[in-house]
Amino acid sequence: MIRNLRRADLVAAGLALLLAWLVIYPILIVAGDAADATAVRAFLTRPGEWAALWASIWISLVSVVLAAAIGIPLAFLFEWFDFPGRKTLGALIALPVVLPPLVGVIAFLFLYGESGFIARAIQAALHLEQAPWRLQGAVAILLVHAYSFYVYFYLFTRAGLAKLDVSMLEAAQALGADRRATLFRVIVPLLRPSLVGAAILTFMTALGSFSAPYIFGGGFRVMTTQIVATKLNGDLPLAMVETVALAVIAVAGLAILRGTEGDDILVALGKGIAPRPRPIRRAGVRRLATVAGWGLAILLLLPHLTLVLVSLVPYGAWTTEIVPPVINLENYRRLFSEAERLRPLLNSLWMAAASTAVAVVLALAGGWLVVRKRVALRRVIEGLLALPWALPGTVFAIALAITFSTHAPLQLRFVLVGTSIILPLAYLVRALPLTGRGILASYRQLDPSLEEAAASLGAGRWRTLARVTLPQLRPGLAAGASLAFVAALGDIVASIVLYTYETRPVSIEILSSLRLSETGVAAAFGVVLMLVSALVLGVGARR
Amino acid sequence: MTAFLQIQAIEKRWRSDVTVGPITLDIARGEILALLGPSGSGKTTMLRLLAGFETADGGRITVANEDVTAVPPARRRFGMVFQHYALFPHLDVGQNVEFGLAGSGGPGAVNAKVAAALGLVDLAGYERRKVHELSGGQQQRVALARALAPEPRVLLLDEPLSNLDPALRERTRRELRQMIKRVGEGITTVFVTHEQEEAFDLGDRIAVLNNGRLEQTGTPEELYERPQNLFVATFVGRANVFRGGAARALGARESAVVVVRPERLRFAGAGLPGVVRERRYTGAAAFFLIEGDDHDRFEVLAEPDAAQVGERVYVEATRVITL
Repeated sequence: MIRNLRRADLVAAGLALLLAWLVIYPILIVAGDAADATAVRAFLTRPGEWAALWASIWISLVSVVLAAAIGIPLAFLFEWFDFPGRKTLGALIALPVVLPPLVGVIAFLFLYGESGFIARAIQAALHLEQAPWRLQGAVAILLVHAYSFYVYFYLFTRAGLAKLDVSMLEAAQALGADRRATLFRVIVPLLRPSLVGAAILTFMTALGSFSAPYIFGGGFRVMTTQIVATKLNGDLPLAMVETVALAVIAVAGLAILRGTEGDDILVALGKGIAPRPRPIRRAGVRRLATVAGWGLAILLLLPHLTLVLVSLVPYGAWTTEIVPPVINLENYRRLFSEAERLRPLLNSLWMAAASTAVAVVLALAGGWLVVRKRVALRRVIEGLLALPWALPGTVFAIALAITFSTHAPLQLRFVLVGTSIILPLAYLVRALPLTGRGILASYRQLDPSLEEAAASLGAGRWRTLARVTLPQLRPGLAAGASLAFVAALGDIVASIVLYTYETRPVSIEILSSLRLSETGVAAAFGVVLMLVSALVLGVGARR
Repeated sequence: MTAFLQIQAIEKRWRSDVTVGPITLDIARGEILALLGPSGSGKTTMLRLLAGFETADGGRITVANEDVTAVPPARRRFGMVFQHYALFPHLDVGQNVEFGLAGSGGPGAVNAKVAAALGLVDLAGYERRKVHELSGGQQQRVALARALAPEPRVLLLDEPLSNLDPALRERTRRELRQMIKRVGEGITTVFVTHEQEEAFDLGDRIAVLNNGRLEQTGTPEELYERPQNLFVATFVGRANVFRGGAARALGARESAVVVVRPERLRFAGAGLPGVVRERRYTGAAAFFLIEGDDHDRFEVLAEPDAAQVGERVYVEATRVITL
């Protein structure tokens, strides 16, 4: 036992060092380099910097409120009331969660943008000279955020409602509480952990959101776009100060929101039977609920349908008409037949696959050491695996760009920027929390006596791993790996800072197609991303 | 008795104040030994030391004179049935039983061994069933078949009946014993339990553990009729403990502690006086809770109508255990 423990502890130390090198070391280097008097003074004195910082904060907070305002009522509607199409629609409106943010953003652009479907229709109907609106600035960003992030509240609230014990609601009624009192004194307090969880996720995602402010921001800057702009301008010291500022906001926001989480007791209390959806008896109300459900679902899915439509319109064919005059598969043909266009897709696929595979291996090693071996460093390893989640992707992108553009082997710094390794490395950092969470959770549920049973039946370590451990970890592993793969596939935050022409991923190609007004090709790329993501997540979620 | 499985001064130190052992025990070939004790007594640690899941901090374990103390579980050739069976949920019944048969002959031979193992536990033809489709009792038998299929030298069972509902337990106890005795000339078996009845029914011999120490080893009758200390006397079966005047009233020597089983007490015309406080009717007999004049309470097992609640009675002992 003692010999075994020592070996496990050695492996743990190695893993902890590797993870620290990946997720902490670059941050520390940036933090150290950011302590540059001129840059700090520049940051503190320029009003633009303060405006971007403030914009990041309030945009994130308002995004939480808007997402909650859409997601929570939707969750109640779909969890509690039965109407025709409830199940299908309920699954459909969770769809945006599986899509890369960039795809959602361009879909939104094609639908609601100034040259989008709706603006065009109104312009034609009212015979206007110009598009009726310009979708730009804070309002546009908030719209996109509300549209993309309501899913978190929707899913978390539904999960929370499904966990409610119907006997608790009955108890409240038996004690004389009317519906309103039951809702506010029983249901909402019980839902609090779910709601806070959704709020944290929304806040962190909104704070790190890049594609929406990048495409819709115009002159309106938030920290993520500000950092990338500063970096592209070549003012590295200032970019580092901005990065540290964003990281500080993220950590502070996370700490404050965590503080409101309350006790786990609320969730752990009972494992009862969830309330069943109630069929609505009154015909009028029933019709209303059906209309509301379908209407909302269509509204929320419309951007993606638009994306599919736009992808079918060849270059230059759709100018002033309300409906596209020509529809064919020309864009897809170009995408798959022109080597230069196929390349980004292949790049994204192999880079996502490689980063996911390494993230899975590291998470497996972490799970084995943390859960099974209970090594002394288990807290450290778990923390390191989770850390990249707490910081916006831009922070890591800048940190990696700075750290790995210098050759100093003794400091463990190598020139990786400009090579084909740097992007998979960046994706790997972002993938660690996803695979880590899935695999650690599965490992915790894995009965150790299964592995002991295999050993007592004569199976060695590798046979036990292949025949017992991995099959048992499969749900968490597949879920984590598919999320990591999809995140890497659609990534733009790290890509835009670190890509080279040879390694350019799909997201960069979408942006350049948009810049060249090749909306059809951009949309076709978006649809391909959407399909691959849905396919991968579908496989990952299969039991 | 020639010892097949020898446990020599085996010891496990969890913390300086929590230790199990040193324990020495010899188990004969084909014998079924029960490790009986309350929770925290170290019985599960002993079983895991035997299986090799824990490494001893001292002492030796030998099987047929081969030292296996440092042999890892995978090469120890000890079969184990886990408390919650630990059947692999992603494999079917046949694949579970087959798991330990890797590299023991071609597919034909393996299939024959799987069929034989399942036949032994009366589950012939269950190969392609899913594990979760089976009842608790069937799952337990699959776990037994899986452990027995590789022909282990020793069979280990961790609380084998704790997962079954009470009605099923008694029947399963007898079946389990028959199945174990059916293997070869009977396989050497060690099992852990905290229930005295289970240990009595299933075990040839019982080792009583308490606080990491071996209190006594013996057949059920030895433990019940001749316990060597107060712990064994009170843990194994119901017991009335008498000291001082009450002990002397039952015929004990000066200052001795005596233990009397409820069925060894009876109402009489003279003896230890007391008042019947409660009567618990069990059908064939009744337990009478008596409060003695020194306010100590004790139990008498007698015919249901032997006394009334509130009645003043005298009690005498037909057999006392003097400690």
